[in-house]
Amino acid sequence: MTGGGAKLAARGLWKLYGPHPERLLAGGARPTPEAIRASGHVAAVRDATIEVAEGEIFVVMGLSGSGKSTLIRCLARLVEPSAGSVSFDGIDLLAASRAELTRIRRHRLGMVFQHFALLPHLTVLENVAFPLEVQGMARGPREARAREVIALVGLEGREGRYPRELSGGQQQRVGIARSLAGNPELWFLDEPFSALDPLIRREMQDEFLRLQRGLRKTIVFITHDFDEAIRLADRIAIMKDGAVVQTGTPEELVLRPADPYVAEFTRHVARAKVVTAAAVMTPGGPVEHAGTVAAGDRIEAIAARVEAAELPHAVVDAAGRVVGAIDRRAVIGVLVGRGPGS
Amino acid sequence: MADAGGTGAERPAAGGADVAARAPTPAPAPPAGRMAGRRLWLVLWGGLAVATLVLAALAPRLSAGPLADLWVPPAWLRPDVAGAISRFMAWLTTEARIGPLAVTEITRALAAAIEAPYELARNLLVDGWTEGRGRRAQQVFPPLSWIAIVAAAVALGVHARGWRLGLFAGGCLLYLAVFGQWQSAMVTLASVVIAVPIGVAGGLVLGTLAWASRPFDRALAPVLDLMQTVPTFAYLVPILFLFGFGPVAALIATIIYAMPPMVRVTTLALRQVPAEIAEYAVMAGCTPWQRLRRVMLPAALPDLMVGVNQVIMLTLNMVIIASMIGAGGLGFDVLNALRRLDIGGGIEAGLAIVALAVALDRLSQALAERARSARPAVAGPWLRRHRWPVTVAAVAVATGLLGLAFPAMQSYPDSLTVTTRAFWGDLVRWVNVTYFDSFEAAKGAALTHVLLPVKRFLLALPWVWVLALVTLAGWRLGGRRLGLLGFLLVLYLALTGLWEQAMTTLYLCGVSVVLAGLIGLPLGILAASSAVAGRILGAVTDTLQTLPSFVYLIPVVMLFRVGDFTAMIAVTLYALAPAVRYTAHGLRSVAPELVEAGTMAGCSRWQILLRIRLPLAVPEILLGLNQTIMLALSMLVITALVGTRDLGQEVYIALTRADVGAGLVAGLAVAAIAIVADRLIAAGARAQRARLGLAEGGR
Repeated sequence: MTGGGAKLAARGLWKLYGPHPERLLAGGARPTPEAIRASGHVAAVRDATIEVAEGEIFVVMGLSGSGKSTLIRCLARLVEPSAGSVSFDGIDLLAASRAELTRIRRHRLGMVFQHFALLPHLTVLENVAFPLEVQGMARGPREARAREVIALVGLEGREGRYPRELSGGQQQRVGIARSLAGNPELWFLDEPFSALDPLIRREMQDEFLRLQRGLRKTIVFITHDFDEAIRLADRIAIMKDGAVVQTGTPEELVLRPADPYVAEFTRHVARAKVVTAAAVMTPGGPVEHAGTVAAGDRIEAIAARVEAAELPHAVVDAAGRVVGAIDRRAVIGVLVGRGPGS
Repeated sequence: MADAGGTGAERPAAGGADVAARAPTPAPAPPAGRMAGRRLWLVLWGGLAVATLVLAALAPRLSAGPLADLWVPPAWLRPDVAGAISRFMAWLTTEARIGPLAVTEITRALAAAIEAPYELARNLLVDGWTEGRGRRAQQVFPPLSWIAIVAAAVALGVHARGWRLGLFAGGCLLYLAVFGQWQSAMVTLASVVIAVPIGVAGGLVLGTLAWASRPFDRALAPVLDLMQTVPTFAYLVPILFLFGFGPVAALIATIIYAMPPMVRVTTLALRQVPAEIAEYAVMAGCTPWQRLRRVMLPAALPDLMVGVNQVIMLTLNMVIIASMIGAGGLGFDVLNALRRLDIGGGIEAGLAIVALAVALDRLSQALAERARSARPAVAGPWLRRHRWPVTVAAVAVATGLLGLAFPAMQSYPDSLTVTTRAFWGDLVRWVNVTYFDSFEAAKGAALTHVLLPVKRFLLALPWVWVLALVTLAGWRLGGRRLGLLGFLLVLYLALTGLWEQAMTTLYLCGVSVVLAGLIGLPLGILAASSAVAGRILGAVTDTLQTLPSFVYLIPVVMLFRVGDFTAMIAVTLYALAPAVRYTAHGLRSVAPELVEAGTMAGCSRWQILLRIRLPLAVPEILLGLNQTIMLALSMLVITALVGTRDLGQEVYIALTRADVGAGLVAGLAVAAIAIVADRLIAAGARAQRARLGLAEGGR
């Protein structure tokens, strides 16, 4: 991906807490973790660079204390970065004036919070309409729009309730509806499902994917759950100690982890869910085959079919050309954890 | 400390070391050395205590000789602070100008701005609107009828919680009417009605500014400390000079007294709004004003209402006290009755204060709770949504009109009032006659065996020694800055020439606080150990805290007459509530797993209490002690009315002589004692909390 095509790009982003972060970073210096600690500073984000393409679900994954929450707050400029740049659709967010930022946040950004951050004194309808209200939209249109997004997240009939009268999953649906009310282009989700029970979490993930299929937003999604990252992400950035250790598709991370830290995460992932036919096929031209599969198909989806056939299946690319073959052995290899990357 | 490390390591210090490892701020010394260091300090403090006793014993011989200056601060060490303040005040009221305006012109304009709404409230509740002056005054428009005001109380109670509270509040006000206290009570209420909104609004503004700006917060903190610790009597005189005589000066003093908790609650409540909600407000594109007005303040509302309740109760307390200096109202009735030895009348007016205080407290608490719980959505036509204000207005108009024909509708008929005056008078007389000997014996024993020895001991201590001890304690508990603060404040006490009075204050306060602790701690343990006892004691302490401090004086003076013993009893009663409350709360909030672990380890109930609950509750109990001391000091100033000879009396004398300088100097001395005690105990609680690895807690 090139910088020109990115909807949101952050380059060399730093956030240090301490007495004089600017001195430590003056002139584009890149202090080592030891130098940062020795000077009495704490590094929350270290030299992070990410690019998010339009319509992409970009997941930032890291354990607690890895700096992922600070990173998303730097991107939204809720936290002032110590150094680096953030550009959104060609606008330099760090140079934007206060008024400009307010305008951008009102019309182009949306954010969902881990603990929902619903306003306790407002009803569901008022909460969802709130961002429109502060823009100065009249009551009629803003309530109509609010009802629309409330219906989108499946909460019709609860418009008059207060947040404390709803379950956690319902509260986060309100949070999601509220963040979508202003029809943002860029959607930040900060661990939106972490505070929910596992079953509800799964249901909300499906719901989120369903919404995104219709909305095609550009998304930055924070999570500490690698399985969630793999389920949702187009691409994942893994963070450790404030730095981005690796960025790539789920398959790339599983097959080619950049270091032992990433490998440790990917070790227990069900590989069939992320590995594609193209990664395990025997490359070559057309052969005698039982059927065809697409190069981008996940093994999980084609395993039963390939395993049941005596002959291998042909793998075809997007243009319909045969680029290789995949047989039982290759599929079973993935399922039992043998083969590339392991 | 380092060479003593070996002895510490031999002890089974694993528990201590483990806890220390979890502490949020590990102390610089290693755990083993720290154990030994702590023992060293224990020995040192023991030695200092012995030295103090020896010094006190030697005092009669040494304090007369060449070392006398060490015992009593010498005259050449005392600058004339009081005179300087008085001269400054004189200059401020006569010559000082800001631009073209004299300072007094500004302050008088301010006074007029407060006086106008106060007059309105008084007309509405008490006087009605009149034409002409003096005897020829004709009422052209009546005040609200007693029925309308009772109806308003009922409506407010129903609105806040339900019919039970409505009837209770209405009953309290009806009590005032039936027992003939209506007029005075409404004078008091008029002051409350005006002072509370100003105090709340001022507290909101200052608290919000302190929340938004750290430097402002830091600058405001010592001002708030002084507002809460300097006795009101001390700044009453300068206020009279600046704002003129009359009810407005009392109102301004009341507002100064009642506002600080609102400032603190506002700042704290805004800080406690979850970070995500504050961030959300930014992300939703709120302007700073929208953020504050639409998100932060509403989200903080339930906590803010707690502050409003405090402002109301403090305002009532102060209005009662201020009425003694001529503002009229219930406090004046009590004082008047006491002066005339009309015991029954005093008790009756005192009970009226209790009724008013309880009604105001329950109503404002219910409103606070209402803000916390889910509100049912208001729907329907205008009349239905506003049925309570409309009903009250209708009652007011109807009774006002009917009152023209039937005066009983307008003001409660005198012929129907009941008086219990004779009953109370007889009761107190009977108690005094029957138990006179026992009372005298108890009083005499307490005076000879406790009060006088403690007083003599404290007065026998050299001021230089006290200065050194406080400085050392401050340095040990809170580092160099606290040591310096303690040094400066004690030095202030010595330099003002009020050393003897300060020590007398310390003695009365100390004895009362110890007594309150001795009673409060067991009661707190009882409240924490049984649900029934907890509920009963909770209700009793809640009510005790509601009562204006002045009320406590009434029964005590009647039974024990005036003097130190009387003061001690009144102060102890007033300061008892926090000792019970904080102890019970501290014991109850010990983590249940720890108690379960103790039970599984086979601890008996006593062992669980002594080995697990009490040690972990120490920080909370210390906070309770702190509150007890603060209340004791504020009550001590009131007890100056019963003839103590401490700083409170100095303040009171300065008030009667209208001596600005002397009053402020003595008032600041009270504040100095309060601040030293507060900081030392807070630092001790903090250290204990860190040692136990507990999170920094609020109340």
